[in-house]
Amino acid sequence: MSKGVAITGMGAISAIGNNVAENFQSLVESKKGISKISKIDTIHKDDIMVGEIAYTNSELEEILGLSPGNNYSRTGLIGAIAAKEAIANSGITNINKYKTGLISATSVGGMDMTEQYYYNYLETDTNRRYIASHHAGDSTQKIAEQLGIAKSLVTTISTACSSAANAIMLGARLIKSGQLDRVIVGGSDCMSKFTINGFKTLMILSDTYSTPFDENRKGLNLGEAAAFLVLESDAVVKAENKNVLGYVKGYGNANDAFHQTASSDHGDGATLAMEKALKVAGYTAKDIDYINAHGTATGNNDLSEGRAIIRVFGEENVPEFSSTKAYIGHTLAAAGAIEAVYSILALQNNVIFPNLNFKTQMKEFNITPELKLKEKELKTVMSNSFGFGGNCSTVIFSKEP
Amino acid sequence: MKKVYINSISSITPQKTFDNSEFLDEVIIHENQVIFAVEPKYKDYIPPAAARRMAKGIKMGVVASKLSLQEAGLEQVDAVITGTGMGCLRDSEKFLGAIINNNEQYLTPTSFIQSTHNTVGGQIALELQCKGYNFTYVHGSNSFESGLLDAKLQLELDEAQNILVGGVDELGDHTTKLNQIIHHVKEENISSLDVLSSKTKGAVFGEGASFFVLSNKKQASSYAEIISVKMYNTLAQNELSETALHFLKENSLKAEDIDAVVLGNNGDIEFDGYYNLLTSGIFSNTQQVCYKHLIGEFNTASPFGLWIASKILKTQTLPEVIKKNNIKTSSFKYILLYNMYRGENHSFTLLKSC
Amino acid sequence: MEALKQELKENIIEQLNLEDMSVEDIANDDLLFGDGLALDSIDALELIVMLDKNYGIKLTDPKEGRAIFETINTMAAYITEHRSK
Repeated sequence: MSKGVAITGMGAISAIGNNVAENFQSLVESKKGISKISKIDTIHKDDIMVGEIAYTNSELEEILGLSPGNNYSRTGLIGAIAAKEAIANSGITNINKYKTGLISATSVGGMDMTEQYYYNYLETDTNRRYIASHHAGDSTQKIAEQLGIAKSLVTTISTACSSAANAIMLGARLIKSGQLDRVIVGGSDCMSKFTINGFKTLMILSDTYSTPFDENRKGLNLGEAAAFLVLESDAVVKAENKNVLGYVKGYGNANDAFHQTASSDHGDGATLAMEKALKVAGYTAKDIDYINAHGTATGNNDLSEGRAIIRVFGEENVPEFSSTKAYIGHTLAAAGAIEAVYSILALQNNVIFPNLNFKTQMKEFNITPELKLKEKELKTVMSNSFGFGGNCSTVIFSKEP
Repeated sequence: MKKVYINSISSITPQKTFDNSEFLDEVIIHENQVIFAVEPKYKDYIPPAAARRMAKGIKMGVVASKLSLQEAGLEQVDAVITGTGMGCLRDSEKFLGAIINNNEQYLTPTSFIQSTHNTVGGQIALELQCKGYNFTYVHGSNSFESGLLDAKLQLELDEAQNILVGGVDELGDHTTKLNQIIHHVKEENISSLDVLSSKTKGAVFGEGASFFVLSNKKQASSYAEIISVKMYNTLAQNELSETALHFLKENSLKAEDIDAVVLGNNGDIEFDGYYNLLTSGIFSNTQQVCYKHLIGEFNTASPFGLWIASKILKTQTLPEVIKKNNIKTSSFKYILLYNMYRGENHSFTLLKSC
Repeated sequence: MEALKQELKENIIEQLNLEDMSVEDIANDDLLFGDGLALDSIDALELIVMLDKNYGIKLTDPKEGRAIFETINTMAAYITEHRSK
């Protein structure tokens, strides 16, 4: 049994950067990646703002060195890029030297291709190779292949917007229980017409920059991203003399059991998730130095999450918190992974990233997100991710084991 | 570490399997390459207000979970873990079809909301008011086994005492059509009795939902003990026998110790070679059991294999219709399950009578 | 107006899959949300699309729906006043 779960590498691709370094640069410069949509042809293009990754599919294929006949969905492509960066960052050269698994998360899977060729598949065989890459597990299998992970534990989690947080949680448990020595955890979700229209029907898409925790928030910006962490056991860290970026210290998943899409008024599930994570970490609320909030900028989430944070920390004792979704949009199943990377960057650099676009204090409570880049000695960061189906997850990262 | 038991089972499939007092007493011989689940009366289990938005897969999943809870004598569990390879396919098709057909106009939210992969898990939590751990795995033919492993870890470490674990997949018309044009579904109609000896490509597609209560407390209703579950994203044919033996060895067993192997053959000439290697090799003298000729292939067909193995161990009987060979077996103590789909996502599950 | 009310009831039953209900079960002044038919926020979104599709009325804020969708009477009155088709 491994006591600690060390993070020894990370990779990320989002609307504010094609790797971790670029993401960090944008975060400290308050540079958001939200714009009008350019890569998907949708009638909503003038009504919504999104966070798109700069690369086109063919550019991504070229970077990965894929042959023209490949059947990678965009979810698979960006996932492979981020996962490979994580492996390189961890200095891994022989992936199968230790029992290594891969836990990825996605909500759209290969929907980007399915929605393009849905009826066309029946008429011509030109694109039929993508039929088999529709299902959610396909992108994970592809990422495993890109990393050279074979004959091992590879799986995919899909619990809507908490998916990647849950992948990190499962990975940590697999290391702790000794099932694996090393596990790559994270998530990948590309932009798709399916999700754009889905969120549009829920009437929670903002027509301008999203404003998390603002009284006049109008809804979320969708984004696309992939991010992965390398988690290793104490034994691997010792044997390989690894540089440790941080630790997965606590985690908790709970269900709100309230409504299929909306969060309960007082954030019961969110409160439970945060409390569980604190318990697993052996912390009390005052041990948390910064909260990277879910903060989607929907009316419902920010109120429910804010109230849950107050329930856990007490209104006077809430540490600095911010949502980084104003930078990159809500990246759905990848959100928990990219925000894990941001949480670890915060820990490493002792800096809290600002909650962009905030203007007006919410009237329901007195807590205010961090509005400017702030330097603070950080030992711990809590990251929240909540999804449809009442799925609420919290992960706590720490500098020390 | 605590031991993990299967305390209840339930399965809705293209056979009438939702009544646990029977063990394939009556078998439906299907004649098609796409076969649908025999449905229970949903109204007996789901209130109309909740049922009105549910597609077939969600209904099957919710009912299977209720049947399973009932049999275990529980009203609440500590966690709900669901596996689904394709997710809520009918709602996904409905919403995507509407996007394309109406050029993104006049779309309504219901089918989008219901299309989310964790809809079944979320609905079960809502109905039970279960605020505990709730995960959904979506990894092809290892979707259910991922959940099984997750539950087993929690129960062994006593992080939970009772967990509802299941798998569900539904057929969707358009997706079936797409799988037909790429020959993943058989081209020809075929009888359930001939599927396993088929010489053609593709499988008969089916659908269903299965749920189990796993617990670290044995009770009168317990079916079996789960000794081990292991998954492999890839496995070459020439590595299979060695991997199986190694898996058994990790559990201090040899091939001869296994009283029955429950295999996921689906009659696809391209991929059944994997299973044939085991049946003509290390398990040639072991009782072989197959089940996909009765329920078809789908990403969460394998939990029906677990249903069968549980039944065999509890009742110590083996219906003729699922026997692949005839070995005189005096009693069933250890059963090994092996499954994969199209050469990917392999799993071994080891059960012991209790 | 009565014809519109009848039409609304039929459409609500169909669109919201109220399988066990018939037009006679819905009185013009029954509360559609809360204690009456117990419709929820997802149904409200469905009704907003119905207004747009059938009557050419566009609501941009779901909160506007609350008063409009209170009963069949309030819906019919609003539609009569604002319809563009």
